[in-house]
Amino acid sequence: MTAPLTGLDPGVIDPGAVEDLISSDASLRRFLHGLPGVDQVGVEARSAALATRSVKTTAKARAIDLAVRMIDLTTLEGADTPGKVRSLCAKARRPDPADPTTPQVAAVCVYPDLVPVAVEALDGSPVQVASVATAFPAGRAALPVKLADTADAVAAGAHEVDMVIDRGAFLSGRYLHVYDEIRAVKDVCAGAHLKVILETGELATYDNVRRASWLAMLAGGDFIKTSTGKVSPAATLPVTLVMLEAVRDYREATGRQVGVKPAGGIRTTKDALRHLVQVGETAGEDWLDPRWFRLGASSLLNDLLMQRAKAASGRYSGPDYVSLD
Amino acid sequence: MSTERLAVRKTYKLYVGGGFPRSESGRSYPVTAVSGGFLANAARASRKDARDAVVAARKAFPGWSGATAYNRGQVLYRVAELLEGRRAQFADEVRAAEGLTRKDAAAVVDAAVDRLVWYAGWADKITQITGAANPVAGPYFNLSTSEPTGVVCALAPRESSLLGLISVVAPVVITGNTAVVAASETGPLPAVSLGEVLATSDVPGGVVNVLTGRTAEIAPALAAHMDVNGLDLAGAPGDLARELETAATHNLKRVLRPCAEDWAAEPGLTRLTHWLETKTVWHPVGT
Repeated sequence: MTAPLTGLDPGVIDPGAVEDLISSDASLRRFLHGLPGVDQVGVEARSAALATRSVKTTAKARAIDLAVRMIDLTTLEGADTPGKVRSLCAKARRPDPADPTTPQVAAVCVYPDLVPVAVEALDGSPVQVASVATAFPAGRAALPVKLADTADAVAAGAHEVDMVIDRGAFLSGRYLHVYDEIRAVKDVCAGAHLKVILETGELATYDNVRRASWLAMLAGGDFIKTSTGKVSPAATLPVTLVMLEAVRDYREATGRQVGVKPAGGIRTTKDALRHLVQVGETAGEDWLDPRWFRLGASSLLNDLLMQRAKAASGRYSGPDYVSLD
Repeated sequence: MSTERLAVRKTYKLYVGGGFPRSESGRSYPVTAVSGGFLANAARASRKDARDAVVAARKAFPGWSGATAYNRGQVLYRVAELLEGRRAQFADEVRAAEGLTRKDAAAVVDAAVDRLVWYAGWADKITQITGAANPVAGPYFNLSTSEPTGVVCALAPRESSLLGLISVVAPVVITGNTAVVAASETGPLPAVSLGEVLATSDVPGGVVNVLTGRTAEIAPALAAHMDVNGLDLAGAPGDLARELETAATHNLKRVLRPCAEDWAAEPGLTRLTHWLETKTVWHPVGT
């Protein structure tokens, strides 16, 4: 998808052009609505076709290890306790105690108040600590509250911040409001990576997903993330495909690379491999790296570990041999 | 105008998790009658189908083992009721699969129905037989009760396509286990039809899963599967049985070795008790 963007050719979005875009709600709307529409039938057919790709033997083994390295191991329950976060961190450091060759996951994702616990438990390991913020998952709070929430997480040592956009504002067309909010959060993040959750399950159309992706990228998001995991449907393959197209086109236009993180509903190795195939085929190999593609999941890790065990021993494994979390 | 009807041929598929999928591999194999004539194509299950069946059985286990014994007995009796209503169809299938006379095939189906009823009756009685209040030197109740083993995989007898199948599956499920059964390789059609009976008779999906195909292909995957707790080798050929028993040791499955068995005879309790484990609890005597 490199069709010309209305009033703005790819390759010429420089910082000055962005300044123009955000000069008013109207100009931002003109740009976002000028993005080419998504062919719903086409994108669904494309991702269904890619989902039939067969990944076997050594390729599969490599894909499984890559998927493990891309996981943001997540626990976002009201009932989370420091003990649960510590056990999750132990699992992140050493996913399969029986097999030391298992790679570590990319990050652990928790609520802001549990960030100190995770930071302490992961001290000395390359596993990052990600924290959701900005009144997750609804995002229905005043901006100062959202900023305080973010600052709190960053001060506690979070390396990555997962913020939610104001879907109400987005759906009612107040794009500049959404843009300003992302900017403000980005400023508070200081050095921390900012992942912008679009909550695609509430955006209704693929066109909106594409617009929200561009909006988040223009506002400075380092990652765009599909969902909170609290709304169904969460990460579907076609939605991820649209977002992958967006990051690919955005890099072409601006030279800045943005990551993608599907989250929620990815439970099986097969799902994960389908996502990886899409990444390779849509955004390209540059994105096949934990720096640029993450999988927000919790139960997925166990399934990947069972598949690893099967590949190593030739015997199908079962849930008795992985941790219950 | 012709009055001749088009033949409505039946597609024999697997029975996994309460549904009737084709083999994941897309393969099938021809099934012939004892007399040599072609009967139908049956699905030829792959290792992945076996894995899927185990997953389905594991998923069904908490609900089925948690149901009351009385309820399990009722459900199995219901299977017998429905099988009784389809005696003619099963008699035809058994006759083709085993080369019996019409009368003998009907007798086999009757015996299969009776076998189900017999096992159904044991559902809420087996615990009294196997359990005990043990005498201990202290102010405690010491109670042993039997509990289901978990997921049991069975290789159904090769020669007895219906009665043998029911004789290995019924004791597995009546005690609260869930079953994955590899049907007789040469006579799988009655097993698939039994799946249809199970699907319409209050047996929760996944409690019994029927695979058809090459035993030598499916059985090793089931025997080595780490999430399977029991293995019934009734239909395993001699050389394969030994290999399967070895594979089953990795997670210490309970194994029932193949033995010459007369499926028409009254079965006794061996098969029932084999798939039960004993739990013993101590409880202080109240004052």
